[in-house]
Amino acid sequence: MAEERSIYFIKAMYEGLRDAMREDETVVVIGEDVDRSIIGATRGLIEEFGDERVKNTPISEATFVGACIGAAAAGMRPVVDLMVGSFFYVSMDQVANQAAKLPYMSGGQVSLPIVYFTASGPSGSAAAQHSENPHPMLMNVAGLKVVMPGSPRDAKGLMHAAIKDPNPVVFFQDAVLGGTRGPVPDGPYQIPLGEAEVKREGEDVTVVAIGALVNRALRVADKLKNEGVSVEVVDPRTLVPLDKKTILDSVRKTGRLVVCDNARITCSAASEVAAIVSEEAFDSLKAAPRRVAWEDVPVPFSPVLEKRVLVDDEKISAAIRSTLATATV
Amino acid sequence: MRDGGVRAELGDEKLVEMLRLMFRIRRFEEKLARLFKRGKLPGFVHLYIGEEAVAVGACSALKREDRITSTHRGHGHVIAKGAEVRRMMAELLGKVDGYCRGKGGSMHTVDFGLGVMGTNGIVGGGIPIAVGSAWGDKQLGRDYVTVSFFGDGASNQGVFFESMNLAAIWKLPVIFMCENNGYTEWTATEKLTAGDISDRGRAFGIPSARVDGNDVLAVNEAVAEAVRLARAGGGPSLIEAKTYRWHGHNEGEEVFSGKYRPEEEMAEWREKDPIAALGARLTEWGVMGADDVARVDAEETRRVEEALEFAQQSPFPDPEEALAHLFYGERPGLQKEVLGG
Ligand SMILES: Cc1ncc(C[n+]2csc(CCOP(=O)(O)OP(=O)(O)O)c2C)c(N)n1
Repeated sequence: MAEERSIYFIKAMYEGLRDAMREDETVVVIGEDVDRSIIGATRGLIEEFGDERVKNTPISEATFVGACIGAAAAGMRPVVDLMVGSFFYVSMDQVANQAAKLPYMSGGQVSLPIVYFTASGPSGSAAAQHSENPHPMLMNVAGLKVVMPGSPRDAKGLMHAAIKDPNPVVFFQDAVLGGTRGPVPDGPYQIPLGEAEVKREGEDVTVVAIGALVNRALRVADKLKNEGVSVEVVDPRTLVPLDKKTILDSVRKTGRLVVCDNARITCSAASEVAAIVSEEAFDSLKAAPRRVAWEDVPVPFSPVLEKRVLVDDEKISAAIRSTLATATV
Repeated sequence: MRDGGVRAELGDEKLVEMLRLMFRIRRFEEKLARLFKRGKLPGFVHLYIGEEAVAVGACSALKREDRITSTHRGHGHVIAKGAEVRRMMAELLGKVDGYCRGKGGSMHTVDFGLGVMGTNGIVGGGIPIAVGSAWGDKQLGRDYVTVSFFGDGASNQGVFFESMNLAAIWKLPVIFMCENNGYTEWTATEKLTAGDISDRGRAFGIPSARVDGNDVLAVNEAVAEAVRLARAGGGPSLIEAKTYRWHGHNEGEEVFSGKYRPEEEMAEWREKDPIAALGARLTEWGVMGADDVARVDAEETRRVEEALEFAQQSPFPDPEEALAHLFYGERPGLQKEVLGG
């Protein structure tokens, strides 16, 4: 791979998009104000690719989300910037009843290469309607792939791979990660969907962390190292299809599991991972799996209220400590 | 009644083919009604009888490569677009030779080979998809057209308005084809739908027309005009076709619906049978004799009989197929993997 530089997460997404657009002229990007792009991932695309391939839409989420189905069936590879995760709710019929089901209901006649990407999750007092992370809901839809990278390097490679994938893919860019930096290779590359990565090796406990919580988990792992605790951090990167093997292998090694998810705890991705591990690696567990996720309320506005609900470093380390304190079975 | 100008334009062969397709839809659906009564049809079914002129009039103005999106009442559209009734029957019986290998059924029949992007269980669901299909074709430099069939009830869905707006600003080759059959389930259209549906297009600057939906040639003419405009880069059109469904909203509705349509109204529309009207016109023009009309009908009746035999003989899919086709190009059995079975 070519040279690496440290760039912003959002820039990494842009590069993934740009590389895929250079490679294949059927890739088009649409969304509200994608020419200027408030979040930034599409900024600069219009200068290179023009307004036929980078198109501003009216505020009609259901319709432009659905239009991608027809366009994909006609031979395009549409990429949609949905701007904010909660806007999926506005377009759910087209996402869940149409895009996700048409390939299946047709008996496998059609492939729908579509990417729906969005900034999502809490970004600091954005309040309930702009802090959602609807990945658990979309994981449950069946027929959508769900991607949620935790680093700029993964964001670039997964974006490129998502665009090449013949299926509808939902790509979540954790909002707080947008302005974080990390090393990213210069040239085009893809990271396969459905492959987790062990971000840090350890012996005592496996922490599966998703999106922005990967960095938190790594930070907590650093701290706990001073206390003599060795934490392994696994980032699934893709939630559907989920790389069960990497997760199970890790838990079989460490015997303990903590799952960190930026979503309400009920039916979260954390719940799914904990359930899979309980079912399939029960024998290797030395303690009950623990989930660290949001309280089951909408995300509140006031900073003190928001902090109470969301995942932070303390909650992660408390969960790790509690699994370690559990007597060995 | 139209004169020989239409005859010259369409040609006798095409006119006979249009009559044939209308018979095919009618006989196919009558068969479905009987199967449903005998408890032989899985699920529930919405029949199109009485509305055949809209599907046939519209699809006769299209090329095979043109696409359609359809509705919960979609058999007519699919047949008019060229589907084989035996594969439709197999689909409706959940058999492996069905268009979707038994995964779609009446409300989700898909055949991309015929440009049928799906009938649809969600009212209004196909409208944005049609817009996107037209967008894709425009972007790829093809001159294809997409027709979105939807009902008067669907015309109150938000996506209809959003879709007209998007199609208009992007000048997309899509035709919004509203079938106004007077009812939305069991409620008269005028109680639920303000103003004239065709007027809604004008608000977006979209050329809009109202046609007699029981006159297959009038529908064809209106759609052909919209197709010409679309292929020439002129953008979308809206056509509202006024028609009537002879059967209930769905088969078997009597058990709960009560009486909701006046007898005289139903009788009046049966008088306006679109198939009889075309048959009469073609005999009057000397395109075919009365016995030819009867022969075409008999051939289509037989075709439907054969379709049923074919479908009955077709096997059910292997139950494991339920796990296939979730993701394109991947092997079946995902759920098994997840459960570690
Ligand atoms: C989104 C949605 N809402 C409600 C229904 C239930 N439903 C099925 S058909 C129908 C009436 C549709 O009326 P119209 O569009 O006029 O079509 P028609 O049945 O008259 O052909 C309704 C309400 C549905 N399938 N989808």
